[in-house]
Amino acid sequence: MRITRIVNKPESLTDEAIDLSPMDALIEKYKNKFGSLIPLLQGTQSLFGYVPMEAFKKIADATGIAVADIYGVATFYAQFRLSPVGKNIIKVCHGTACHVQNANSITDAIKDYLNVNDGETTPDGEFTLESVACLGCCSLAPVMMVGENTFGKLNGKSAVRIIKDLKNQLCNAEAEEKTKN
Amino acid sequence: MQKTKVIVGLGSCGIAAGASKTYSRLEAILAEGKMDFELARTSCIGMCYKEPLVEIQDSKGKIIYGDMTAELVEEILSAHILEGKIDTEKAVHAEKLATKEDSFFKGQVKIALRNCGYMDPESIDEAIERDAYKAIEQLVTNKISSENIIQTMMDSGLRGRGGGGFSTGLKWKFAYQNESDQKYIICNADEGDPGAFMDRSLLEGDPHAVLEGMMIGGYTIGASEGVIYCRAEYPLAVKRLNIAIGQAKEKGRLGSNLFGSKFSFNIIVKEGAGAFVCGEETALIASIEGQRGMPRKRPPFPAVSGLWGKPTNINNVETWANIPWIINQGAAAYAAYGTEKSKGTKVFALTGKIKNGGLVEVPMGVTINDIIFKSGGGIQNNKKFKAVQLGGPSGGCIPAELGDTIVDYDSVNATGAIMGSGGMVVMDESTCMIDLAKFFLNFTQEESCGKCTFCRVGTKRMLEILERITDGKGQDGDIEKLEELADQIKNNSLCGLGQTAPNPVLTTLKYFRQEYEAHIYDKKCPAKVCKPLLTYTIDAEKCTGCTVCAKKCPVNAIEGSRKTLHTVDQKICIQCGECFTVCKFEAVLVD
Repeated sequence: MRITRIVNKPESLTDEAIDLSPMDALIEKYKNKFGSLIPLLQGTQSLFGYVPMEAFKKIADATGIAVADIYGVATFYAQFRLSPVGKNIIKVCHGTACHVQNANSITDAIKDYLNVNDGETTPDGEFTLESVACLGCCSLAPVMMVGENTFGKLNGKSAVRIIKDLKNQLCNAEAEEKTKN
Repeated sequence: MQKTKVIVGLGSCGIAAGASKTYSRLEAILAEGKMDFELARTSCIGMCYKEPLVEIQDSKGKIIYGDMTAELVEEILSAHILEGKIDTEKAVHAEKLATKEDSFFKGQVKIALRNCGYMDPESIDEAIERDAYKAIEQLVTNKISSENIIQTMMDSGLRGRGGGGFSTGLKWKFAYQNESDQKYIICNADEGDPGAFMDRSLLEGDPHAVLEGMMIGGYTIGASEGVIYCRAEYPLAVKRLNIAIGQAKEKGRLGSNLFGSKFSFNIIVKEGAGAFVCGEETALIASIEGQRGMPRKRPPFPAVSGLWGKPTNINNVETWANIPWIINQGAAAYAAYGTEKSKGTKVFALTGKIKNGGLVEVPMGVTINDIIFKSGGGIQNNKKFKAVQLGGPSGGCIPAELGDTIVDYDSVNATGAIMGSGGMVVMDESTCMIDLAKFFLNFTQEESCGKCTFCRVGTKRMLEILERITDGKGQDGDIEKLEELADQIKNNSLCGLGQTAPNPVLTTLKYFRQEYEAHIYDKKCPAKVCKPLLTYTIDAEKCTGCTVCAKKCPVNAIEGSRKTLHTVDQKICIQCGECFTVCKFEAVLVD
């Protein structure tokens, strides 16, 4: 299942100038190699969390590939995001095994709790909720991934509890940071 | 006395079940000096339902313990090492001891998975000890001819394990016969079938077997470059592949002029970017070339014009992993397993409503019931076995009545399903077949690349009909319309995705037609899954009048005061199921 992409970004975001210099090393590495568009886009996404519009132009200038073609590739593959995402990405698995073990109830419970739709980010920029195809942990179904951590054998309640705990941790960390300052 | 060795299973599913925490706990125990042992890691042995797994090797032999969470591991370990006691409740596999879980391994024959769970996948020395790179070395140093190797592959009867089932020997022969200055070998590791994870497990557990298989293929057809196209969703597999490639280069097993000959071979890993259609050969090649992963018309086949227009041979991970074994043990040893037309073994990923979920490798020719009830231990909560989905979104449902079907390419095809890559999702009576068909069609419809109209538009129309049926708005004639569309999509699509997309609908129609009819004409979902078709009522005998359901009901459809019987107003009820979920007394009935 692919994430629903929100292609129309709020204007405030498009106006923001992004420093693209971290991409220089990446472009240097790939620009003269055939068939390197996908690694270039992957590298860009891992730098910024998404592929900013300005990065398309930069890649086009460096490689000579038309922006339209790059955009075509970026929108073809489920991996690429064209708008910024939250700090923590919640990937709820909707593979077959998870589906028959009621993965929908997990997505629904998280949607209710965070008050966002599938593919959206919370207004505070902390969490993005995504539905993904198989994470490959089918025997632990239903499964979700928060950041790099995978959680298995969930139900709606336990999934929400994991996110609640994480939220509390983040709040505490922030409070600590404030008292330090 | 040999030193005690403690090995933790660190595959993706083990880690998801908490194996990394167990490993850290063991490191801490070592640091505290409480016990003395050698700590090591391995990958998945296939017993996912008992993860995390910890193996202890000492004078008592090898014993694997299951459910070894960080909290439990110290207790079991100290009993084992310090007191010499074996916890028979937690032991799942042992050399010298019968355990309750032995039925899981009985009946399995490990060829492709021969090293998974038996060695450290990040150590080439352990792999070499287990015969890695022996087959290629022997072929190269003895200057065995390509014709000879192709004949061995033909004799072994190995067929493509990615789902197509095309003869591997024949495929190599075509690529070999086409002359070119450059040829390519590709390993298809874009395992996109939801519910299949054998390729991930193989790459994480025994990357060297795949590399060696590719080298043998390259040596045979005359290629010096290999590409592994791996799903980006498998970060651990990519990491271990890169480690394995680095180590193989260091040890002179990969690179230029190998084993003192003119044969050179290099392998790179390309990460996919998330597109199911890229499992199709020509789409995969387009994706490696940096384009949109859209299939093209064949011929020319990749054996004539593949990557960068050069002859290319593509096989899937499991196929490659089998090849070194066939060279080492001989074609006859491989062909001794299996049926007349499907030789050898096949790895299945057992998931869904099954007790023992995990990876099993069985000889072709065993029955589906054998796999589910012997290795798999039967259905969860002892419910009734209803059907099994084979082959993912391209496959179909095989009903319980056909459980005696043997697994080989031709017998499975005869049921309307396909062997596919080997995902086996087991369903019990609480699975709605129309909901399942809708799930698969939703998947293929979203993953359709959009090139062929029948696939792009047809799957969408079929999905709409299925959505209508599960919403309780099914109409007379919907079934016929589904069949007509399915037929057109199958016959008018370019690639495997479209040609097989209607299979889940066609097989469920073939075997569970009465369920479709119940949805359309009686407006009932027999499995009680499709919410708009359900009626919620309250059992007068069980209701205690606790008011929880009335408070939770989002539309105030439940009436009743404290300690009196509650009732649901069917006119207001939106069938959200909240009352059913919150009732602690099982007093809410669903029909």
